Amino acid sequence: MTSTIYIPKDSAARSIGADHVAAVIEAESAKRGISISIIRNGSRGAFWLEPLVEVETKEGRVAYGPVTVADVESLFHSAFHLGGDHRLSLGRTDDIPWLSRQDRVTFARVGIVDPHSMADYQDHGGLVGLRRALSMEQEEIVTEVTQSGLRGRGGAGFPAGIKWRTVMATVGEHKYICCNADEGDSGTFADRMLMEGDPFTLLEGMAIAGLAVGATEGVIYVRSEYPAAYDSLNRAIEIAREFGWLGSDVLGSGIEFDIRTRIGGGSYVCGEETAMLESIEGKRGIVRSKPPLPAVHGLFGKPTVINNVLTLATVPAILAEGAQAYMSRGVGRSVGTQVFQLAGNIARGGIVETAFGITLDSLVNDYGAGTLSGRAVRAVQIGGPLGAYLPVGSMNVSMDYESLLAAGGMLGHGGIVVFDESVDMAQQAKFAMEFCAIESCGKCTPCRLGSTRGAETIEKIMLGEDVSGNKKLLLDLCEVMTDGSLCAMGGLTPLPVRSAMLHFGEDFDRRARV
Amino acid sequence: MTLLIEPDYGTPASESLETVQVEIDGVAVTIPADTSIMRASAMAGISIPKLCATDRLNAFGSCRLCVVEIDGRNGTPSSCTTPVAEGMKISTNSQRLDRIRQGVMELYMSDHPEVCAAGDECEMHAMAATVGLKEVRYCGRTHLDLPKDESNPYFTFDSTECIVCNRCVRACDEVQGTFALTIENRGFEARVSSSGTSFIESECVSCGACVQACPTGALTEKTLYTIGTPTRSVLTTCAYCGVGCTFKAEMRGDELVRMVPYKEGGANEGHSCVKGRFAWGYATHSDRVTTPMIREKITDPWRVVSWEHAIDYAATTLKALQAEYGIDSIGGISSSRCTNEEVFVVQKMVRAAFGNNNVDTCARVCHSPTGYGLSQTFGTSAGTQDFESVEHADVVLLIGANPTAAHPVFASRLKQTLRKGTKLIVIDPRQIELVRTPHIEAAHHLQLLPGTNVAVINAIAHVIAEEGLINREFVNERCDLDSFARWEEFIRLPENSPEALEASTRVPAEKVRKAARLYASVPNAAIYYGLGVTEHSQGSTMVMGIANLAMATGNIGRPGVGVNPLRGQNNVQGSCDMGSFPHELPGYRHISNPKTREIFEIQWKTVISSKPGMRIPNMFDSAIAGEFKGLYIQGEDIAQSDPNISHVHAALRSMELVIVQDLFLNETAKFAHVFLPGTSFLEKDGTFTNAERRINRVRPVMASKTGKSEYEVTCDLSTALGYKMSYENAAQIMDEIAATTPTFSGVSFAKLDELGSIQWPCNVDNPEGTPVMHVDHFVRGEGRFMVTPYVPTDEKATRKFPLLLTTGRILSQYNVGAQTRRTANVIWHSEDILDIHESDAQLRGIEDGSWVRLSSRVGQTILKARITDEVPAGVVYTTFHFPESGANVITTEYSDWATNCPEYKVTAVDIAPSSKGPQEIGEHTPLGDVELESIVRMANQIAANVPAKTAPEHAVAHHIEQFWTPYMLERLMKEVDRSKLSPIVIRALDLELRHLPS
Repeated sequence: MTSTIYIPKDSAARSIGADHVAAVIEAESAKRGISISIIRNGSRGAFWLEPLVEVETKEGRVAYGPVTVADVESLFHSAFHLGGDHRLSLGRTDDIPWLSRQDRVTFARVGIVDPHSMADYQDHGGLVGLRRALSMEQEEIVTEVTQSGLRGRGGAGFPAGIKWRTVMATVGEHKYICCNADEGDSGTFADRMLMEGDPFTLLEGMAIAGLAVGATEGVIYVRSEYPAAYDSLNRAIEIAREFGWLGSDVLGSGIEFDIRTRIGGGSYVCGEETAMLESIEGKRGIVRSKPPLPAVHGLFGKPTVINNVLTLATVPAILAEGAQAYMSRGVGRSVGTQVFQLAGNIARGGIVETAFGITLDSLVNDYGAGTLSGRAVRAVQIGGPLGAYLPVGSMNVSMDYESLLAAGGMLGHGGIVVFDESVDMAQQAKFAMEFCAIESCGKCTPCRLGSTRGAETIEKIMLGEDVSGNKKLLLDLCEVMTDGSLCAMGGLTPLPVRSAMLHFGEDFDRRARV
Repeated sequence: MTLLIEPDYGTPASESLETVQVEIDGVAVTIPADTSIMRASAMAGISIPKLCATDRLNAFGSCRLCVVEIDGRNGTPSSCTTPVAEGMKISTNSQRLDRIRQGVMELYMSDHPEVCAAGDECEMHAMAATVGLKEVRYCGRTHLDLPKDESNPYFTFDSTECIVCNRCVRACDEVQGTFALTIENRGFEARVSSSGTSFIESECVSCGACVQACPTGALTEKTLYTIGTPTRSVLTTCAYCGVGCTFKAEMRGDELVRMVPYKEGGANEGHSCVKGRFAWGYATHSDRVTTPMIREKITDPWRVVSWEHAIDYAATTLKALQAEYGIDSIGGISSSRCTNEEVFVVQKMVRAAFGNNNVDTCARVCHSPTGYGLSQTFGTSAGTQDFESVEHADVVLLIGANPTAAHPVFASRLKQTLRKGTKLIVIDPRQIELVRTPHIEAAHHLQLLPGTNVAVINAIAHVIAEEGLINREFVNERCDLDSFARWEEFIRLPENSPEALEASTRVPAEKVRKAARLYASVPNAAIYYGLGVTEHSQGSTMVMGIANLAMATGNIGRPGVGVNPLRGQNNVQGSCDMGSFPHELPGYRHISNPKTREIFEIQWKTVISSKPGMRIPNMFDSAIAGEFKGLYIQGEDIAQSDPNISHVHAALRSMELVIVQDLFLNETAKFAHVFLPGTSFLEKDGTFTNAERRINRVRPVMASKTGKSEYEVTCDLSTALGYKMSYENAAQIMDEIAATTPTFSGVSFAKLDELGSIQWPCNVDNPEGTPVMHVDHFVRGEGRFMVTPYVPTDEKATRKFPLLLTTGRILSQYNVGAQTRRTANVIWHSEDILDIHESDAQLRGIEDGSWVRLSSRVGQTILKARITDEVPAGVVYTTFHFPESGANVITTEYSDWATNCPEYKVTAVDIAPSSKGPQEIGEHTPLGDVELESIVRMANQIAANVPAKTAPEHAVAHHIEQFWTPYMLERLMKEVDRSKLSPIVIRALDLELRHLPS
């Protein structure tokens, strides 16, 4: 009998040796004459357990991890390929509390299926949403998405259905669905994991969006640092075309929808939706003024839906299970689930998909198990490099769009980066300005010049030069950047700076020369 | 007059027809929908601070100074990028906005020199004061140590003053369409760059749009540093090509600092090219001659004399010549470079003082076939559209024109139109820039063999007729149906099919078919053409073929369509309008019409001859024959620009008095006896009429350097000849034009000053002029189709001369180069180059950049070779900007059958490697009775080409009567051996004999 063994091909797992582990397991099985079949799945997202090796058994999959090459011989010795007990045994994967407590909708298949197996995909509910969408009028699809309460997961949280409705209502002979996969926030990796671990879901979501708004072409703009995701998508697109659900005749409906991929320009600001459009058009990735909205005048001037990977990848589930099922999760206007990404100085990093409304404390301390260093948490940055720093006093904040806003933060793409008490928050504030200085497209003055002036000014504060004067200047600059910048890049850079000054003021005054 | 500062509304006008009402700072404003808040405010007199916005460019939203607050909306949107919406309430001032603007200016000034080289020109310092910036608290990294780029001869790029507003980059993209500029790097390191190289090495075409757009001293005309900032402006019109751009001549005292294109200029709307913008230095070049000079023999040295002496000498000699050789022995040539008023008085002098009609103009050698062809078909000699019309075209058919070199400002408008999706078809032997250039690719390039235009246009028309693409509704309603029936029968003949003509034209039939379908299948298709159409032995036939095509497809009489000759010179249209042709009085009225003559006879109080006078080539032939003795030439260098130079030189040497009126001692002046100094356009008062019939004012920005205006000199000569002519000013001449010419009856300097410019016809029916002609009916009533048989030119590639030479011009130089060679433009093009296809070069062992001997049956010269695929195998190409290259030593005496426009575009040549560079150009002496040979040739050509299916002898007889001098007809009838004539000519002569009084 052949054993089926799952070893993640996810980049995070590979970065700590998953490929090597897979090769050694294969070699060892051959040596021992044991018949195994290795499936390179996505990652379950429990990074502290990676490489996480799973074995198919009658009782379901059982897990071992984190597995190193040195463990392989003993695993065979323990007949792990038959589910045998071992020092690294984690029991049934589905029973691991870290995973079982989550509510996975968007990530339902990630880590479970073979990413490029159509059979696997359909066995796990794939294409149900698309088939249902094909039986519906455009208007009905848009209404379903609107009613589900799905909001843009890229950071802005704009209701997806409303955006779709604008594109549907805009007259145009050619429309586009653009998927923003230029995931550039520090501490985020959900888009990448989904594209590597369950690419069909994204393609299906885009196809449904295409049906809904009358678009025939989709473009996925993939971050240049994500070669594995890019390859995974291209392979998935080829397979989807072979199976006839992408191309000139989607599932025999006579409707056309096809998708192509573009590698990102290698700049953070290319993830800003209008800069992304410029980049896809082959130009420098600089930000466009809005209006006109991309929904009306988007890629190549055509009406365009731009959604994040997670937004589009959630759509098949909404269509499959209905708007009601999705919107029953969450709190207030933040309905459904959010794919949180735990990173930074954290003991148990990875993906936590749960309904909105979980507390920050629960994410950092229950799921994350505190800092990796073991020192006390001092600050948490939520929503990427332009997100606010929250102090430990804010740990009880409910993780939803509105509550975070009220707490002076923002959810962004759901990245959570933890810092312990050794952090210098003036340095972190300076980093925010430096990041902006490196990544600014250079179009608008507040961002182009302000970011460099901001870093210089914080440097002076850190050196103790005219601290009160420079703090005043820095706050003035933050106002000009917030109110005056063309896009969120310059507009949000002051958020980490101001929050650092507000909550961790002592770090700015430390070196003041009296 | 003070310095003219044009209002800048920040963003372009909205094209919306709807209006909305908004409230700006409590003021109710009604403006077109989609107008930006910035523009709406500016129109209401509320000025919002701005640096990156200017109304020639689309809103960009980068400087963030123009932020405003809108009731009920979050944030502070930029007013340049935010359109108004009904009921919107906008505040342009608040403490918050002040803080943002001051903060932005503080950032700007932290990386900007404290004192700008541009001085008052720098908008930065003014804006800092406007927003109330008091101090700059930042100190840190700057770009103040970057080097200047001085490589362009006309302007400097100083990156230290650059604020990265992108106005230059956008101007290069959105106005000029060259994409030479970009921003390098990002964030703080973002800098304007001429794409990684110096300006002079870049793709930059020096149109000046970036300099004009720059709000600081980063891009500045060098004259601003050498002369100083201007203090006053004079509005005037460029004197280069037929686009007719309006400029502000900006002066400091009496010195011209710079020419800045004027946004209200009807033709250019604020754009310019390297010639008009920068290449005006020739006007004050040390080569200029500003005093009259005479000499008895052309081998004598010149003697400077007084005006009185020169005029008296010229008049006395002319009178003596007429006394000895007859009244027809003298003539005059007017110039398309001169004003309408100057041209008008020249033809008036010839007709009234010389007493003959021996007046011709340099349009003879460029657009005379346009005059003939469009008169025959539409009823008047003019382009049908304004330039703006092209923006409404779905397809542009471009024939024998290279606008990016020859009509750059129109080319920019065309490029922007093409980038918006208008399709382009190019018919040209060469791969001109527009065939493939950034963001533009011609849908079809029909790369025909030179000389086969008519075959291609017939093939296109054949496809349209055969494939049911004729717009019968238009034809039935608007055209002469008899002529249409004759034409349709002709054009459907199998001999006109693309397949039948493929061997002659070298254009694959399927390509012709596709192009024809494209042209005929869109709502609006427009034809633009240049000298590649007219300068052929069938130039007139081709113009008629073009007119037929436009009529057959209904592409006449509305914006976006039409037939548009791109005029080579600033006033070709005007000099033709002004009666410069020997058979026509002003307004294209035939000299034989007694009613027309009566108008002028009453006005001029003289008698006008009813017989056509001599054309320029007739004058040359007649001079060699010893009959024609005296010639007055205003502003044309026939000894360089006309074909078969040996022949021209021989003619000039045969004359006893050659009077040249010009800025410089040009090539023709070498053969002259009297030199009358002319005035540059900067000294002229008058009007130019551009290719779209737009009459533009030319205003003197400086006093005449000769002490006289040019029309005054003509009047003085006329008066000295015994016919008194005098005007108090140029406006009086225009009044006389208006009084005698119906299409100009509503034109006056006062109205031009009021309206800016006027497109003729301007009369009681069209008091403000006519942007589009033939709207409800053709000028001649019904549009007339003309049968256009393809008659191959006699100039054929042979074993001895296996290649075909075609000629043209390039961007930086202009025609014979008299002006541009005397400017820094020589940095781009300092000699004429022969373009050769690689296969032709290889065959003869010619290397890129080596010397090549170029020879035709009439002459030879030596040029430097450039190997390029812009010309196809079998075709070579050169320009004629430098006298020493002698391009016209090569070109032949062959000419258009109807108008004698020279066949510059086809000369059979051979090329061979040469070890030596250019030397003295060898000239040949014409032998035999050149005039009689020409007469025979012309007559036979008319018979071969005249569009007539039945009784062609009547058409030939009519044509000869209309355009030939009686003397030429007499020689044809009496002196020619009839065996040399075609049977049709003989029959025509028999008809003529019946008319002649015995």
